[in-house]
Amino acid sequence: MSSELIRQDEVTIRFVGDSGDGMQLTGTQFTETTAKVGNDLATFPDFPAEIRAPAGSRAGVSGFQVHFSSHDIYTPGDAPSVLVAMNPAALITNYMDLQPGGIILVNTGAFTDKDLKKAALDSNPLTDGTLSGFRVIEEDINQRTMEALADMGLGKKDVLRCKNFYTLGMVYWLYSRPMEPTLEWLKVKFAKKPELIEANSRALKAGYNHGELLRLFQGRYEVPKVTDAPKGHYRNIMGNEGVAIGLVAGAKLAGLDPFLGSYPITPATDILQYMALMKNHNVITCQMEDEIAGICTAIGASYAGRLGMTTTSGPGLALKTEAAGLAVMTELPLVIVNVQRGGPSTGLPTKVEQSDLLQSLFGRNGECPLPVVACACPADAFDSAVEACRIATQYMTPVILLSDNYIANGAEPWKLPAMEDLKPFPVDHPTDPEGFSPYTRDEKLARNWAVPGTPGLEHRVGGLEKDAKTGDVSYDPDNHDIMTETREAKILGIRDSIPTPPLNGEATGELLVVGWGSTYGATRAAVERMQKEGVKATLLHMRHLWPLPHGLLEIFQGFDRVVVPEMNRGQLAKLLKMEYPGITFEPFSKMKGKPFQARELKAHFEELLEDKS
Amino acid sequence: MSEVQQLKAKDFKSDQEVKWCPGCGDYSILSCVQSTLASVGVQKENVVFVSGIGCSSRFPYYMDTYGIHSIHGRANAIATGVKVANPELDVWVITGDGDGLSIGGNHMIHSLRRNVDMKVVLFNNEIYGLTKGQYSPTSPQGLKTKTSPYGSVDAPFNPIQLALGAGSTFVARTMDVSPKHMKDTLGIAAEHKGAAFVEVWQNCVIFNHDCFKGWTEKAVRDEATINLKAGEPMVYGKDKDKGLRFDGFKVVICSPEEAAIWDPSEASPAAAFMLIQMDNDPGMPRPMGVLRQVEAPTLEGLIHEQLSTVTDKRGDGELKDLLYTADVWEVE
Repeated sequence: MSSELIRQDEVTIRFVGDSGDGMQLTGTQFTETTAKVGNDLATFPDFPAEIRAPAGSRAGVSGFQVHFSSHDIYTPGDAPSVLVAMNPAALITNYMDLQPGGIILVNTGAFTDKDLKKAALDSNPLTDGTLSGFRVIEEDINQRTMEALADMGLGKKDVLRCKNFYTLGMVYWLYSRPMEPTLEWLKVKFAKKPELIEANSRALKAGYNHGELLRLFQGRYEVPKVTDAPKGHYRNIMGNEGVAIGLVAGAKLAGLDPFLGSYPITPATDILQYMALMKNHNVITCQMEDEIAGICTAIGASYAGRLGMTTTSGPGLALKTEAAGLAVMTELPLVIVNVQRGGPSTGLPTKVEQSDLLQSLFGRNGECPLPVVACACPADAFDSAVEACRIATQYMTPVILLSDNYIANGAEPWKLPAMEDLKPFPVDHPTDPEGFSPYTRDEKLARNWAVPGTPGLEHRVGGLEKDAKTGDVSYDPDNHDIMTETREAKILGIRDSIPTPPLNGEATGELLVVGWGSTYGATRAAVERMQKEGVKATLLHMRHLWPLPHGLLEIFQGFDRVVVPEMNRGQLAKLLKMEYPGITFEPFSKMKGKPFQARELKAHFEELLEDKS
Repeated sequence: MSEVQQLKAKDFKSDQEVKWCPGCGDYSILSCVQSTLASVGVQKENVVFVSGIGCSSRFPYYMDTYGIHSIHGRANAIATGVKVANPELDVWVITGDGDGLSIGGNHMIHSLRRNVDMKVVLFNNEIYGLTKGQYSPTSPQGLKTKTSPYGSVDAPFNPIQLALGAGSTFVARTMDVSPKHMKDTLGIAAEHKGAAFVEVWQNCVIFNHDCFKGWTEKAVRDEATINLKAGEPMVYGKDKDKGLRFDGFKVVICSPEEAAIWDPSEASPAAAFMLIQMDNDPGMPRPMGVLRQVEAPTLEGLIHEQLSTVTDKRGDGELKDLLYTADVWEVE
């Protein structure tokens, strides 16, 4: 007999355990199933840089948060309402984020004295009062899993590997999710290891039935599917996958075949991995010997007529700097993806930050402008990547596409574009030797792109300054002046092809929040909540960071205060101050390796507005 | 198909004024490369020269072909991209001992091990010329330069040994003062399918004049070097009166009759390694010509083969397939 279902509009669950406990997998499975049920969702995986930190230690805690709801949501949730903790280290490092009165499901099988010691705990948080104020559900998941798989003849170690599926089963029951998608997934995943299909399926079902039979929970919840979602086709997407698909789509829309030269680096590697699977789309991927070779092969490929791309994170972008300058100088199309992480240096490789904006804009020798575009969220990754390809090919320039670790590994439903809405921007390679010069420019100042193999158009490009007319090497002072101005004017001209960003809210008011990149979900949620409370707050979210679109000054002038929340020390705010010296931009900085929460933004905005009155 | 034209060496000359120092060994290499291209019968539009930075790296500007004069040390990586993107192109890398073995050493070894089908011509003058005379990774220990006023303490690379170690499928050495030998060597390199590494001893008249004189000067060349020819006995000397044979792990001088037959296509590079060790022994001749020439699949060949295999299996990918995958759901 099932318990009565208690309806909830939105729930945030955080799964936490040792990095060997399979929490990312548990979270991903819960997410996939939840997407299929028809909830809106957003996820936030949070894992250590170490593949296997000492088992049971605080450093080894890996987490996955999923926020799902029956209405449109923009963030993975500020405070979880449910915490699933597989060991003491996971519990102690996460319980304080939970909402008051929230549910904690804890695996007591991992709370021996030895386990507590590994987590550097002097007393047991289950008994010492730490968890007062929360609803704690204790279950020896280790023991239950062993019982469920007792007759399978597997070793203890293998059996305990299935405990995450047992846990997943319990949570599926609690939130009335179907088990079928995960059971199907197991069949595909372990097609060659039937005993693992059986073991994990059994663990999942046992966990589910356990929830049902033993009434561990006081009630069972349902989160009805979203009913007011716009019509169309959807799929669940992670940011890195969205970028990969967008890059290939962008090349196709330009009528080109993509070439990705890359080097593995967290958190960008997935893009290379996804694209390596797309060989039947004529995608060439080369995992090169280093970051520099990654971008250099891409430049060579662009010269030869493919659309060159390279993917990296902050430290890798630093290494690619000189070659990016070569692409600016030779005016070849190139897309450089930087999935930002915490810096400087190696910094926080698995945490989020937006601190490479100024590096992207200015981090090259010489006067070396190039366009910068940023993804806002996983569902925006595709469009931003296509836009980067459009700019690169239409303006013959390298483009930096900024994503970050939060977008890269977060997931949410993505409303797929209708195929007819994807407008091609075909590239036209010259073939006529009559009057040909490699530096003949079109009305957008883009030089023509003659490809090797074309008779009569033999020409040389390179890092030395070139004559504006002939393309030969030139040390002429006036020519350098002209070429510098031309390269700059070409990039600034891109603003004629980009829209003024839409406003979320009214065109004038008390507060304008200016954001870029992955602050989008949290800023939008915060601003919309304030709007509901009658505050005249508006969000301006920017995709194009350079050149800046037309029309910004007029927008800025319509507000009493302009605040710029960023996961850096105010980099966009600095850029805006420089470009619009008459406006006061108030930075709001967060440097914790974690995304903004909507509630902390809202609190800050409200404080700002109170200040004034 | 358009009419294929037999081009002459002069057809590969660009209209740019050549700006190397008078007497520089680079002139000879430029002219030999142009002759080689004419003799192997390529069309200008299918040729791409890629260089890095240094005196030698100005080379692409002097060729009436496609070309990229890139950034310091990166020519091999850029050339890899060109060749993989369009395997129909004839790709040549022009580099020097500083460009290709110091700042670009990493790209050099990796492009050789991957067997990218490109010709790498390394101008070795054992000095940094464009920055006006500092020791390079091939300068001998003790060389006094502006940055080693008391003599260089760095142990040098032997370029041939490095290329052999990196697994290059073609490794050869020639010299600027013997255009015939250079043309012969470049001709064989041009016909090689795979990474072809050719070291050219090149005299820098300004900063390291005559550094190879002890081996290249006409009076001593026949005694101080041996020109290796595939399938022929390893004999040398003005009167061809000396031979070389292998004795254990060493090469020893013997009579011409006892000389071993040279075979650069041996699967093992061991013999080539033994020969190049003669560079360190003043009593032995330095080997010139082709030290290694073996066949192996090329990087670009394997990449395009995978593209075809996967496409045959899964069908030509349409843009729609990338977006509308199996896990799509519809909201009506």
